[in-house]
Amino acid sequence: MEIGLTINGTERSADVPAATLLVDMLRDELGLTGTHIGCDTSQCGACNVLLDGKVVKSCTLLAAQAVGTQVTTIEGLADGDMLHPMQAAFKAEHGLQCGFCTPGMVMAGLEIVRRHGTQVTAEQVTHDLEGNLCRCTGYINIVKAIVTGARAMGETVDA
Amino acid sequence: MRDFALSRPTTLAEAAAAFASGGEAAYLAGGHTLLPAMKSRLRMPDTLIDLSALPGITGVHHEADRLWIGALTTHAAVADDATVQSTIPGLARAALLIGDPMVRNRGTIGGVLANNDPAADYPAMAVAMDAVIETDRASHSADDYFQGMFATALEDGEIITRIGFRIPERAAYAKFRHPASRYAIVGVFVARFADGEVRVGIIGAGPGVFRWPQAEAALKNDFSPAAIKGLVLDSADLNTDIHAGPEYRAHLCGVMLANAVGEA
Ligand SMILES: Cc1cc2nc3c(=O)[nH]c(=O)nc-3n(C[C@H](O)[C@H](O)[C@H](O)COP(=O)(O)OP(=O)(O)OC[C@H]3O[C@@H](n4cnc5c(N)ncnc54)[C@H](O)[C@@H]3O)c2cc1C
Ligand code: FES
Ligand code: FES
Repeated sequence: MEIGLTINGTERSADVPAATLLVDMLRDELGLTGTHIGCDTSQCGACNVLLDGKVVKSCTLLAAQAVGTQVTTIEGLADGDMLHPMQAAFKAEHGLQCGFCTPGMVMAGLEIVRRHGTQVTAEQVTHDLEGNLCRCTGYINIVKAIVTGARAMGETVDA
Repeated sequence: MRDFALSRPTTLAEAAAAFASGGEAAYLAGGHTLLPAMKSRLRMPDTLIDLSALPGITGVHHEADRLWIGALTTHAAVADDATVQSTIPGLARAALLIGDPMVRNRGTIGGVLANNDPAADYPAMAVAMDAVIETDRASHSADDYFQGMFATALEDGEIITRIGFRIPERAAYAKFRHPASRYAIVGVFVARFADGEVRVGIIGAGPGVFRWPQAEAALKNDFSPAAIKGLVLDSADLNTDIHAGPEYRAHLCGVMLANAVGEA
Protein backbone atom coordinates (compact mmCIF):
# COMPACT_ATOMS: atom_id res chain seq x y z
CA MET A 1 0.00 0.00 0.00
CA GLU A 2 1.03 3.61 -0.61
CA ILE A 3 2.17 5.38 2.57
CA GLY A 4 2.55 9.16 2.49
CA LEU A 5 3.81 11.17 5.44
CA THR A 6 6.01 14.12 6.28
CA ILE A 7 9.46 13.19 7.57
CA ASN A 8 11.71 15.91 8.96
CA GLY A 9 9.68 18.51 7.10
CA THR A 10 9.77 16.79 3.70
CA GLU A 11 6.87 14.87 2.16
CA ARG A 12 7.90 11.27 1.56
CA SER A 13 6.09 8.19 0.34
CA ALA A 14 6.72 4.52 -0.25
CA ASP A 15 4.79 1.55 -1.57
CA VAL A 16 5.13 -1.13 1.11
CA PRO A 17 3.18 -4.15 2.44
CA ALA A 18 0.58 -3.31 5.11
CA ALA A 19 2.64 -5.24 7.69
CA THR A 20 5.58 -2.82 7.38
CA LEU A 21 6.63 -1.24 10.66
CA LEU A 22 7.41 2.46 10.60
CA VAL A 23 11.02 1.76 11.63
CA ASP A 24 11.51 -0.58 8.65
CA MET A 25 10.06 1.96 6.25
CA LEU A 26 12.40 4.64 7.64
CA ARG A 27 15.50 2.47 7.49
CA ASP A 28 14.96 0.21 4.49
CA GLU A 29 12.80 2.30 2.15
CA LEU A 30 13.99 5.80 2.93
CA GLY A 31 17.58 5.17 4.05
CA LEU A 32 17.10 6.95 7.37
CA THR A 33 19.23 4.56 9.40
CA GLY A 34 19.74 6.88 12.37
CA THR A 35 16.67 5.30 13.97
CA HIS A 36 17.89 2.00 15.46
CA ILE A 37 16.34 -1.36 16.26
CA GLY A 38 17.60 -2.62 19.60
CA CYS A 39 15.08 -5.29 20.53
CA ASP A 40 12.20 -7.38 19.30
CA THR A 41 9.98 -6.80 22.29
CA SER A 42 9.11 -3.06 22.34
CA GLN A 43 11.27 -2.49 25.41
CA CYS A 44 14.45 -0.60 24.50
CA GLY A 45 13.45 2.73 22.93
CA ALA A 46 16.35 2.72 20.40
CA CYS A 47 13.70 3.19 17.69
CA ASN A 48 12.09 6.29 19.24
CA VAL A 49 10.89 8.98 16.84
CA LEU A 50 8.51 11.89 17.30
CA LEU A 51 5.06 11.40 15.78
CA ASP A 52 3.20 14.71 15.62
CA GLY A 53 5.59 15.92 18.32
CA LYS A 54 5.18 13.00 20.75
CA VAL A 55 7.73 10.26 21.27
CA VAL A 56 6.72 6.78 20.08
CA LYS A 57 8.49 3.48 19.45
CA SER A 58 8.64 3.21 15.65
CA CYS A 59 9.05 -0.58 15.96
CA THR A 60 5.59 -0.82 17.53
CA LEU A 61 3.73 1.23 14.97
CA LEU A 62 2.70 0.26 11.46
CA ALA A 63 3.88 2.66 8.79
CA ALA A 64 0.21 2.72 7.81
CA GLN A 65 -0.67 4.16 11.24
CA ALA A 66 1.60 7.12 10.49
CA VAL A 67 -0.08 8.13 7.21
CA GLY A 68 -0.57 11.89 7.13
CA THR A 69 1.49 12.55 10.26
CA GLN A 70 4.64 14.58 10.86
CA VAL A 71 7.53 12.33 11.85
CA THR A 72 10.81 13.64 13.26
CA THR A 73 13.83 11.34 13.31
CA ILE A 74 17.32 11.94 14.67
CA GLU A 75 18.37 13.08 11.17
CA GLY A 76 15.90 15.95 11.42
CA LEU A 77 17.32 17.64 14.54
CA ALA A 78 20.58 19.30 13.52
CA ASP A 79 20.54 22.60 11.67
CA GLY A 80 23.16 21.96 8.98
CA ASP A 81 26.43 21.45 10.87
CA MET A 82 24.94 22.85 14.08
CA LEU A 83 23.86 20.08 16.43
CA HIS A 84 20.52 20.45 18.19
CA PRO A 85 21.16 21.52 21.84
CA MET A 86 20.03 18.08 23.03
CA GLN A 87 22.53 16.36 20.70
CA ALA A 88 25.31 18.78 21.70
CA ALA A 89 24.61 18.03 25.37
CA PHE A 90 25.11 14.28 24.81
CA LYS A 91 28.51 15.08 23.30
CA ALA A 92 29.48 17.52 26.06
CA GLU A 93 28.40 15.28 28.94
CA HIS A 94 29.75 12.02 27.45
CA GLY A 95 26.19 10.71 27.34
CA LEU A 96 27.16 7.88 25.00
CA GLN A 97 29.69 5.12 24.56
CA CYS A 98 28.83 2.81 21.65
CA GLY A 99 26.04 5.19 20.61
CA PHE A 100 23.51 2.52 19.74
CA CYS A 101 20.86 3.74 22.18
CA THR A 102 21.65 7.43 21.59
CA PRO A 103 19.11 8.40 18.88
CA GLY A 104 16.33 6.99 21.05
CA MET A 105 17.71 8.68 24.16
CA VAL A 106 17.85 12.05 22.40
CA MET A 107 14.23 11.66 21.26
CA ALA A 108 13.20 10.64 24.79
CA GLY A 109 15.04 13.75 26.02
CA LEU A 110 12.94 15.95 23.72
CA GLU A 111 9.75 14.36 25.06
CA ILE A 112 10.96 15.00 28.61
CA VAL A 113 11.42 18.70 27.80
CA ARG A 114 7.98 18.78 26.15
CA ARG A 115 6.35 17.31 29.27
CA HIS A 116 8.38 18.89 32.06
CA GLY A 117 9.90 22.03 30.52
CA THR A 118 13.50 23.19 30.34
CA GLN A 119 13.90 23.30 34.16
CA VAL A 120 13.32 19.54 34.48
CA THR A 121 15.05 17.83 37.43
CA ALA A 122 17.45 14.87 37.26
CA GLU A 123 14.87 12.85 39.21
CA GLN A 124 12.15 13.53 36.62
CA VAL A 125 14.56 12.60 33.83
CA THR A 126 15.49 9.35 35.55
CA HIS A 127 11.82 8.45 35.98
CA ASP A 128 10.87 9.27 32.39
CA LEU A 129 13.77 7.25 30.93
CA GLU A 130 12.04 4.08 32.14
CA GLY A 131 11.41 2.97 28.54
CA ASN A 132 14.97 3.42 27.22
CA LEU A 133 17.72 0.85 27.66
CA CYS A 134 21.46 1.53 27.48
CA ARG A 135 23.93 -1.32 27.74
CA CYS A 136 27.06 0.85 28.13
CA THR A 137 26.90 4.04 30.12
CA GLY A 138 25.15 3.20 33.38
CA TYR A 139 22.75 6.09 32.60
CA ILE A 140 24.40 8.69 34.87
CA ASN A 141 25.78 10.75 31.99
CA ILE A 142 22.63 10.30 29.93
CA VAL A 143 20.59 11.89 32.73
CA LYS A 144 23.16 14.71 32.99
CA ALA A 145 23.06 15.21 29.21
CA ILE A 146 19.27 15.52 29.13
CA VAL A 147 19.28 18.04 32.00
CA THR A 148 22.03 20.03 30.25
CA GLY A 149 20.23 19.79 26.91
CA ALA A 150 16.98 20.96 28.49
CA ARG A 151 18.66 24.04 30.00
CA ALA A 152 20.34 24.81 26.67
CA MET A 153 17.00 24.54 24.88
CA GLY A 154 15.63 27.09 27.37
CA GLU A 155 18.45 29.49 26.53
CA THR A 156 17.95 29.08 22.78
CA VAL A 157 14.25 29.90 23.18
CA ASP A 158 14.93 32.84 25.51
CA ALA A 159 17.70 34.30 23.30
CA MET B 1 5.40 -10.13 10.68
CA ARG B 2 3.08 -11.93 8.26
CA ASP B 3 1.24 -9.59 5.89
CA PHE B 4 -2.47 -8.85 6.30
CA ALA B 5 -5.24 -6.76 4.81
CA LEU B 6 -5.69 -3.49 6.67
CA SER B 7 -8.84 -1.40 6.82
CA ARG B 8 -9.75 1.79 8.64
CA PRO B 9 -13.55 1.92 8.94
CA THR B 10 -15.35 5.12 9.89
CA THR B 11 -18.47 3.57 11.46
CA LEU B 12 -18.95 0.88 14.10
CA ALA B 13 -21.17 -1.12 11.73
CA GLU B 14 -18.46 -1.16 9.04
CA ALA B 15 -15.87 -2.23 11.61
CA ALA B 16 -18.02 -5.10 12.88
CA ALA B 17 -18.81 -6.14 9.29
CA ALA B 18 -15.11 -6.17 8.40
CA PHE B 19 -14.47 -8.36 11.45
CA ALA B 20 -17.18 -10.82 10.41
CA SER B 21 -16.09 -10.98 6.77
CA GLY B 22 -14.13 -14.17 7.27
CA GLY B 23 -10.61 -15.29 8.11
CA GLU B 24 -8.84 -14.42 11.33
CA ALA B 25 -9.57 -10.78 12.08
CA ALA B 26 -8.31 -8.48 14.84
CA TYR B 27 -9.04 -4.91 15.87
CA LEU B 28 -6.07 -2.57 16.15
CA ALA B 29 -6.09 0.20 18.75
CA GLY B 30 -2.72 1.41 20.12
CA GLY B 31 -1.05 -1.78 18.92
CA HIS B 32 1.13 -2.08 22.02
CA THR B 33 -0.05 -5.56 22.83
CA LEU B 34 -1.14 -6.73 19.40
CA LEU B 35 1.90 -5.69 17.32
CA PRO B 36 4.47 -7.29 19.69
CA ALA B 37 2.33 -10.46 19.61
CA MET B 38 2.27 -10.35 15.80
CA LYS B 39 6.02 -9.72 15.60
CA SER B 40 6.65 -12.88 17.61
CA ARG B 41 3.94 -14.71 15.60
CA LEU B 42 1.89 -15.46 18.66
CA ARG B 43 -0.89 -13.91 16.60
CA MET B 44 -1.19 -14.00 12.82
CA PRO B 45 -4.40 -12.24 11.80
CA ASP B 46 -5.09 -11.96 8.09
CA THR B 47 -7.41 -8.97 8.52
CA LEU B 48 -6.51 -6.01 10.71
CA ILE B 49 -9.16 -3.38 11.43
CA ASP B 50 -7.76 -0.07 12.66
CA LEU B 51 -10.32 1.50 15.03
CA SER B 52 -8.69 4.93 15.16
CA ALA B 53 -11.01 6.61 12.64
CA LEU B 54 -14.24 5.70 14.45
CA PRO B 55 -16.11 8.87 15.47
CA GLY B 56 -16.40 9.72 19.17
CA ILE B 57 -14.12 6.91 20.34
CA THR B 58 -11.58 9.15 22.10
CA GLY B 59 -11.93 11.80 24.77
CA VAL B 60 -13.35 12.34 28.24
CA HIS B 61 -16.87 13.37 29.35
CA HIS B 62 -18.25 14.00 32.80
CA GLU B 63 -21.94 13.02 32.99
CA ALA B 64 -23.78 13.03 36.35
CA ASP B 65 -22.01 10.59 38.70
CA ARG B 66 -19.80 9.03 36.02
CA LEU B 67 -16.63 9.90 34.15
CA TRP B 68 -16.69 8.45 30.62
CA ILE B 69 -13.48 7.75 28.73
CA GLY B 70 -13.48 6.81 25.04
CA ALA B 71 -11.97 3.39 24.32
CA LEU B 72 -9.17 4.76 22.12
CA THR B 73 -8.05 7.40 24.61
CA THR B 74 -4.34 6.90 25.26
CA HIS B 75 -2.86 6.50 28.73
CA ALA B 76 -1.03 9.85 28.31
CA ALA B 77 -4.29 11.58 27.33
CA VAL B 78 -6.01 10.20 30.47
CA ALA B 79 -3.11 11.35 32.66
CA ASP B 80 -3.07 14.85 31.11
CA ASP B 81 -6.82 15.46 30.89
CA ALA B 82 -8.04 18.36 33.05
CA THR B 83 -11.45 16.73 33.65
CA VAL B 84 -9.87 13.46 34.82
CA GLN B 85 -7.48 15.41 37.05
CA SER B 86 -10.31 17.35 38.69
CA THR B 87 -12.91 14.55 39.03
CA ILE B 88 -10.69 11.50 39.78
CA PRO B 89 -7.11 12.69 40.39
CA GLY B 90 -6.13 9.17 41.52
CA LEU B 91 -6.99 7.87 38.04
CA ALA B 92 -4.85 10.50 36.30
CA ARG B 93 -1.91 9.65 38.57
CA ALA B 94 -2.42 5.92 38.01
CA ALA B 95 -2.35 6.31 34.21
CA LEU B 96 1.14 7.78 34.55
CA LEU B 97 2.30 4.51 36.12
CA ILE B 98 1.46 2.43 33.02
CA GLY B 99 4.47 1.31 30.98
CA ASP B 100 6.78 4.11 29.85
CA PRO B 101 6.27 7.45 28.03
CA MET B 102 6.22 5.81 24.58
CA VAL B 103 3.73 3.15 25.67
CA ARG B 104 1.54 5.87 27.22
CA ASN B 105 1.54 7.88 23.98
CA ARG B 106 0.08 4.93 22.02
CA GLY B 107 -1.59 2.39 24.33
CA THR B 108 -5.32 2.81 24.92
CA ILE B 109 -7.70 2.10 27.79
CA GLY B 110 -10.00 0.04 25.55
CA GLY B 111 -7.07 -2.08 24.37
CA VAL B 112 -6.07 -2.82 27.95
CA LEU B 113 -9.62 -3.81 28.95
CA ALA B 114 -10.16 -5.94 25.83
CA ASN B 115 -6.88 -7.76 26.40
CA ASN B 116 -7.29 -8.24 30.19
CA ASP B 117 -3.69 -9.16 30.95
CA PRO B 118 -3.58 -10.28 34.62
CA ALA B 119 -0.87 -7.66 35.30
CA ALA B 120 -2.50 -4.78 33.38
CA ASP B 121 -3.46 -1.79 35.52
CA TYR B 122 -6.85 -0.51 34.30
CA PRO B 123 -8.83 -3.60 35.37
CA ALA B 124 -8.08 -2.60 39.00
CA MET B 125 -9.55 0.87 38.39
CA ALA B 126 -12.54 -0.55 36.50
CA VAL B 127 -13.48 -2.95 39.30
CA ALA B 128 -12.79 -0.49 42.14
CA MET B 129 -14.81 2.27 40.46
CA ASP B 130 -17.73 0.04 39.54
CA ALA B 131 -17.15 0.79 35.85
CA VAL B 132 -19.55 0.27 32.98
CA ILE B 133 -17.87 -1.05 29.84
CA GLU B 134 -19.95 0.00 26.84
CA THR B 135 -19.65 -1.73 23.50
CA ASP B 136 -21.24 -1.57 20.07
CA ARG B 137 -23.84 -4.06 21.26
CA ALA B 138 -24.01 -4.19 25.08
CA SER B 139 -23.18 -2.61 28.39
CA HIS B 140 -21.14 -4.67 30.87
CA SER B 141 -20.62 -4.02 34.56
CA ALA B 142 -16.99 -4.48 35.62
CA ASP B 143 -17.95 -7.11 38.21
CA ASP B 144 -19.20 -9.38 35.40
CA TYR B 145 -16.90 -8.27 32.60
CA PHE B 146 -13.54 -9.68 33.78
CA GLN B 147 -13.47 -13.47 33.63
CA GLY B 148 -9.91 -14.44 34.54
CA MET B 149 -6.66 -14.45 32.60
CA PHE B 150 -7.15 -12.78 29.17
CA ALA B 151 -10.86 -13.66 29.35
CA THR B 152 -13.72 -11.12 29.24
CA ALA B 153 -17.44 -10.95 28.58
CA LEU B 154 -16.76 -9.64 25.05
CA GLU B 155 -18.17 -11.71 22.21
CA ASP B 156 -16.17 -12.30 19.05
CA GLY B 157 -16.03 -9.00 17.19
CA GLU B 158 -17.59 -6.88 19.95
CA ILE B 159 -16.05 -3.38 20.09
CA ILE B 160 -15.54 -1.45 23.32
CA THR B 161 -16.61 2.15 22.72
CA ARG B 162 -16.28 3.80 26.14
CA ILE B 163 -15.75 3.15 29.83
CA GLY B 164 -17.73 4.90 32.56
CA PHE B 165 -16.17 5.11 36.03
CA ARG B 166 -18.42 5.92 39.00
CA ILE B 167 -16.76 8.99 40.50
CA PRO B 168 -15.43 8.34 44.00
CA GLU B 169 -14.83 10.90 46.73
CA ARG B 170 -11.36 9.59 47.36
CA ALA B 171 -9.26 7.15 45.36
CA ALA B 172 -5.66 6.15 44.76
CA TYR B 173 -3.51 3.45 43.18
CA ALA B 174 -0.39 1.80 44.53
CA LYS B 175 1.70 -0.39 42.26
CA PHE B 176 4.65 -2.60 43.12
CA ARG B 177 6.45 -2.81 39.79
CA HIS B 178 8.72 -5.39 38.34
CA PRO B 179 11.87 -3.28 37.89
CA ALA B 180 12.57 -4.42 34.33
CA SER B 181 9.20 -4.99 32.66
CA ARG B 182 7.44 -2.13 34.55
CA TYR B 183 4.37 -4.37 34.85
CA ALA B 184 2.79 -4.78 38.27
CA ILE B 185 3.80 -7.65 40.53
CA VAL B 186 0.86 -6.34 42.57
CA GLY B 187 -1.31 -3.26 41.94
CA VAL B 188 -4.13 -2.08 44.24
CA PHE B 189 -6.71 0.62 43.52
CA VAL B 190 -8.97 1.77 46.35
CA ALA B 191 -12.05 3.97 45.97
CA ARG B 192 -14.39 5.41 48.60
CA PHE B 193 -17.75 6.77 47.43
CA ALA B 194 -20.02 9.48 48.85
CA ASP B 195 -22.47 6.85 50.20
CA GLY B 196 -19.64 5.31 52.28
CA GLU B 197 -19.07 2.28 50.05
CA VAL B 198 -15.44 1.24 49.63
CA ARG B 199 -14.20 -0.92 46.74
CA VAL B 200 -10.76 -2.46 46.31
CA GLY B 201 -9.49 -3.79 42.95
CA ILE B 202 -6.32 -5.90 42.87
CA ILE B 203 -4.28 -6.87 39.78
CA GLY B 204 -1.01 -8.77 39.29
CA ALA B 205 -1.58 -10.96 42.32
CA GLY B 206 -4.02 -13.47 40.86
CA PRO B 207 -5.00 -14.97 37.49
CA GLY B 208 -7.28 -11.97 36.95
CA VAL B 209 -8.47 -8.82 38.72
CA PHE B 210 -10.38 -9.41 41.98
CA ARG B 211 -11.89 -7.52 44.91
CA TRP B 212 -10.98 -7.93 48.59
CA PRO B 213 -14.31 -7.93 50.50
CA GLN B 214 -12.81 -8.16 54.05
CA ALA B 215 -10.64 -5.11 53.43
CA GLU B 216 -13.57 -3.23 51.86
CA ALA B 217 -15.69 -3.89 54.98
CA ALA B 218 -12.90 -2.82 57.35
CA LEU B 219 -12.27 0.36 55.35
CA LYS B 220 -15.96 1.18 55.22
CA ASN B 221 -15.93 1.50 59.04
CA ASP B 222 -12.64 3.36 59.17
CA PHE B 223 -10.95 4.61 56.00
CA SER B 224 -7.38 4.55 57.29
CA PRO B 225 -4.31 2.32 56.88
CA ALA B 226 -4.73 1.31 60.56
CA ALA B 227 -8.11 -0.28 59.79
CA ILE B 228 -6.50 -3.00 57.66
CA LYS B 229 -3.42 -3.56 59.80
CA GLY B 230 -3.00 -7.28 60.39
CA LEU B 231 -5.53 -8.24 57.73
CA VAL B 232 -3.94 -10.87 55.46
CA LEU B 233 -5.29 -11.90 52.07
CA ASP B 234 -5.76 -15.66 51.54
CA SER B 235 -2.88 -16.68 49.25
CA ALA B 236 -4.46 -19.96 48.04
CA ASP B 237 -5.37 -18.71 44.55
CA LEU B 238 -2.53 -16.24 44.02
CA ASN B 239 0.09 -16.37 41.27
CA THR B 240 3.56 -17.74 41.68
CA ASP B 241 6.54 -17.14 39.40
CA ILE B 242 10.28 -16.50 39.69
CA HIS B 243 9.60 -12.96 40.93
CA ALA B 244 7.21 -13.62 43.79
CA GLY B 245 5.43 -16.53 45.46
CA PRO B 246 1.81 -16.45 46.66
CA GLU B 247 2.54 -15.54 50.32
CA TYR B 248 4.76 -12.64 49.29
CA ARG B 249 2.12 -11.43 46.83
CA ALA B 250 -0.54 -11.63 49.58
CA HIS B 251 1.73 -9.58 51.85
CA LEU B 252 2.30 -7.02 49.07
CA CYS B 253 -1.47 -6.65 48.58
CA GLY B 254 -1.83 -5.51 52.21
CA VAL B 255 1.13 -3.13 51.96
CA MET B 256 -0.01 -1.65 48.63
CA LEU B 257 -3.58 -1.23 49.90
CA ALA B 258 -2.31 0.62 52.99
CA ASN B 259 -0.20 2.86 50.74
CA ALA B 260 -3.16 3.56 48.45
CA VAL B 261 -5.46 4.38 51.40
CA GLY B 262 -2.78 6.69 52.78
CA GLU B 263 -2.52 8.51 49.46
CA ALA B 264 -6.27 8.72 48.69
C1 LIG C 1 7.00 -2.15 26.95
C2 LIG C 1 5.55 -2.21 27.34
C3 LIG C 1 5.20 -2.02 28.69
C4 LIG C 1 3.86 -2.04 29.07
N1 LIG C 1 3.55 -1.84 30.39
C5 LIG C 1 2.25 -1.87 30.78
C6 LIG C 1 1.88 -1.66 32.15
O1 LIG C 1 2.72 -1.40 33.02
N2 LIG C 1 0.57 -1.73 32.48
C7 LIG C 1 -0.40 -1.99 31.55
O2 LIG C 1 -1.58 -2.04 31.90
N3 LIG C 1 -0.10 -2.20 30.26
C8 LIG C 1 1.20 -2.15 29.86
N4 LIG C 1 1.50 -2.36 28.54
C9 LIG C 1 0.43 -2.68 27.60
C10 LIG C 1 -0.15 -1.41 27.02
O3 LIG C 1 -0.89 -0.69 27.99
C11 LIG C 1 -1.02 -1.76 25.81
O4 LIG C 1 -1.15 -0.60 25.09
C12 LIG C 1 -2.39 -2.30 26.14
O5 LIG C 1 -2.34 -3.50 26.84
C13 LIG C 1 -3.20 -2.61 24.89
O6 LIG C 1 -3.75 -1.45 24.40
P1 LIG C 1 -3.57 -1.07 22.88
O7 LIG C 1 -4.39 0.13 22.65
O8 LIG C 1 -2.13 -0.96 22.58
O9 LIG C 1 -4.27 -2.32 22.18
P2 LIG C 1 -3.88 -3.21 20.93
O10 LIG C 1 -2.54 -3.80 21.10
O11 LIG C 1 -4.16 -2.46 19.68
O12 LIG C 1 -4.98 -4.34 21.11
C14 LIG C 1 -4.92 -5.28 22.17
C15 LIG C 1 -6.07 -6.29 22.03
O13 LIG C 1 -7.33 -5.68 22.33
C16 LIG C 1 -8.19 -5.66 21.19
N5 LIG C 1 -8.84 -4.35 21.18
C17 LIG C 1 -8.20 -3.14 21.22
N6 LIG C 1 -9.10 -2.14 21.31
C18 LIG C 1 -10.32 -2.72 21.32
C19 LIG C 1 -11.67 -2.20 21.41
N7 LIG C 1 -11.92 -0.89 21.53
N8 LIG C 1 -12.69 -3.10 21.41
C20 LIG C 1 -12.45 -4.42 21.32
N9 LIG C 1 -11.22 -4.96 21.23
C21 LIG C 1 -10.16 -4.13 21.24
C22 LIG C 1 -7.29 -5.94 20.01
O14 LIG C 1 -7.97 -6.59 18.97
C23 LIG C 1 -6.21 -6.82 20.62
O15 LIG C 1 -6.64 -8.14 20.70
C24 LIG C 1 2.84 -2.31 28.10
C25 LIG C 1 3.19 -2.50 26.76
C26 LIG C 1 4.53 -2.45 26.37
C27 LIG C 1 4.87 -2.66 24.94
S1 FES D 1 13.53 -1.49 18.85
FE1 FES D 1 11.73 -0.43 19.37
S2 FES D 1 11.66 -0.65 21.51
FE2 FES D 1 13.42 -1.81 20.99
S1 FES E 1 25.85 3.92 24.62
FE1 FES E 1 25.93 1.83 24.07
S2 FES E 1 23.86 1.19 24.43
FE2 FES E 1 23.90 3.19 25.23
